[in-house]
Amino acid sequence: MTYPEVNAFTEAIMKLNRATLITTLLVFLLAGCSSEKDTVKIAFIGPLTGGVSANGLGGRNSAELAVRLHNAESSGNYTYELVALDDECKPNIGVQVATKVAADKDVIAGVTHYCSAVAMGTVDVYHKFGLPVVVWGAVLPDITYGNDYKEVHRVNGTMINQNEVAADFMLEQGYKTWVIIHDTTDYGKGHNRYFSKSLVAKGGRILGTFGVSSDQQDFNAELTKVKELNPDVIYFGGLAPTGVRLRSQMEKLGIDAVFQGTSGIVSDAFIEGLGPLSEGVIAFREGAPVENLPGGEGFLVRYDQQGFGEPPEAYGAFAFAATQLIIDAIEKVGPDRDAVKQELNTTRDHDSIVGLITFDDNGQNTVALITRYVIQDGDWVVWEQSEYAQGERSLQKR
Amino acid sequence: MDPGFIAQYLLNGIVLGVIYAMVAVGFTLFFGVLDVIKFSHGDVVMAGAFTALATYAGLEYLGVGDGAIAAIVITVMGIAAMAALGAVLAKLLILPLRDAPPLNTLLITLMFGLALRESVRLFYPNGSNPKPFPQLLPDAAMTIGNLELRLDSVLLIVLGLGAIVAVHLMIQRSRIGLAIRAVAQDPETARLMGINFERVVLMTFALGSALAALAGITNGLYYSEVNFGMGLLLGVIGFSAAVVGGLGSLYGAIIGGFLFAALQTIGAVWFSVPAYKDVFAFACIIVLMAWKPTGLLADKSAERV
Repeated sequence: MTYPEVNAFTEAIMKLNRATLITTLLVFLLAGCSSEKDTVKIAFIGPLTGGVSANGLGGRNSAELAVRLHNAESSGNYTYELVALDDECKPNIGVQVATKVAADKDVIAGVTHYCSAVAMGTVDVYHKFGLPVVVWGAVLPDITYGNDYKEVHRVNGTMINQNEVAADFMLEQGYKTWVIIHDTTDYGKGHNRYFSKSLVAKGGRILGTFGVSSDQQDFNAELTKVKELNPDVIYFGGLAPTGVRLRSQMEKLGIDAVFQGTSGIVSDAFIEGLGPLSEGVIAFREGAPVENLPGGEGFLVRYDQQGFGEPPEAYGAFAFAATQLIIDAIEKVGPDRDAVKQELNTTRDHDSIVGLITFDDNGQNTVALITRYVIQDGDWVVWEQSEYAQGERSLQKR
Repeated sequence: MDPGFIAQYLLNGIVLGVIYAMVAVGFTLFFGVLDVIKFSHGDVVMAGAFTALATYAGLEYLGVGDGAIAAIVITVMGIAAMAALGAVLAKLLILPLRDAPPLNTLLITLMFGLALRESVRLFYPNGSNPKPFPQLLPDAAMTIGNLELRLDSVLLIVLGLGAIVAVHLMIQRSRIGLAIRAVAQDPETARLMGINFERVVLMTFALGSALAALAGITNGLYYSEVNFGMGLLLGVIGFSAAVVGGLGSLYGAIIGGFLFAALQTIGAVWFSVPAYKDVFAFACIIVLMAWKPTGLLADKSAERV
């Protein structure tokens, strides 16, 4: 070799590696001395960097909390270690890290993915390696329903659950006719499909369905058509920017239908973009504000005690519940992937901070929690706590 | 179909047409005078709207009330700022590249547009989200059958058409207009006749960009919302309208703008999936261009070669 600096560099790395190795060994030895229990590894995968990293970090902290709380108790059979990895919300990176943990025989199960596209890409990996996982945030139905992999489970709801609740709720309010506007991405099309199916089955009538592009600015032509159809409700499957345009242009054409959205518009940007026009808009989202969850307050108190740098965010409680579910399964059947998989598949009415968890044949939690929201005075308010529910205000066309 | 709804479609189409025509007139002016295509034009439309929005925030801070005064102040500010930007752009980027291949001008304006767009997204507070545009025009509305006739739409149509007519008169009747026409016809001879070439070019770019700012503000007032990416499609539509009408021809740009709006509206009414309306409109433009490559109203300058 004629590159002395390269050699020196390699040597330094090797030294570093040796040092790390020795330290790790020491840590393990010490850990072994201080406790009689075996250590079991659980993987956590989520977006720890990038645009949605707030959710990923909140999820990781929540999973870490579940592990720490368990380790602090003396009654368990095992000590747990959380291996947290970053999928960057990118499918290619997700498959890399999924393969990494799935190939590590010490990892018994995984709490995996916030982003639907990543989860769709990795389910095959988990199936191939036989690693049982519980999805904690991704909402696309196909993650559990698009395959028959026994390894894949999910504690949070899907857009199917969301739209079933949406259809039930709106019919209960006495509305009869709908026009559906959706963006032509997978997200918008999925919402259109599941809401239409659910609504028609329950007796609602759809007068027209319009696909629009997600960066469209002018909706006057579409909305003039909608005005001709004169529905009780305009259902919008898409994200906040398009929703803002639709709602404000509805007003300019004098359309007085109720505006019903999906989880994609539940954001502060939607309210900021509309101002007072946002009043009375309805939307649905998987999960709930943490403080409204069955075990939410206790969770928040314990989360705060750990002094994490980031808040748990909307899906933290689900990551916590998924981790606890896995720990409970391992405690029962031991650190064996196959046995844990079987145990997870038989989950029925398992108590958790997000409510009772029951997996169907596809590993999907059937009693998934969906929250109904209405905008009141410039805030997303949970329906049950709003003045609309108490009859002090009323929605359009009631 | 109910006549009320037909009238509603017509009204929607006319407002769109006015906005497109204002953008297209800019493209045609720049091409007529300097034979350049300025691809940052759409983003100047957006920057004009955001300048007006920022001015409004300033007015609110100073406690100047809503309504007519605010509407006039933000419009004047938006127009003045973009006119200045247009002149600076011409001086710093376009005139120095006059002897370079035309592709360079095209690229440099494309990149300037991108930089402008990204700057608004990054540096305007919360700029990546759509911003609500203040409702400054009276929101009185008349319901005639199924037609919702809004005073603000009518005002915007009058304002836009007025601006286009004013630009037309300026070019046809005023001294600077005469100079612009002279430069457009033959820059060398115009120079020999004692016309200050650079001044005329800067004036033209200021004029076109001012019109772009007005289009942006009209857009904001009409939709009550602006966003950093709005110039992208508006630029492409304005450019197509100018080309199909005949680059370099003022009437052609106006006709092109209204034609595109009409095609979009017809597309939306015709197809059960309105998302196809842009596909339909652009497909028609392609057919028209194949049929008349120099545009519907071929400019005299086409004979110049």
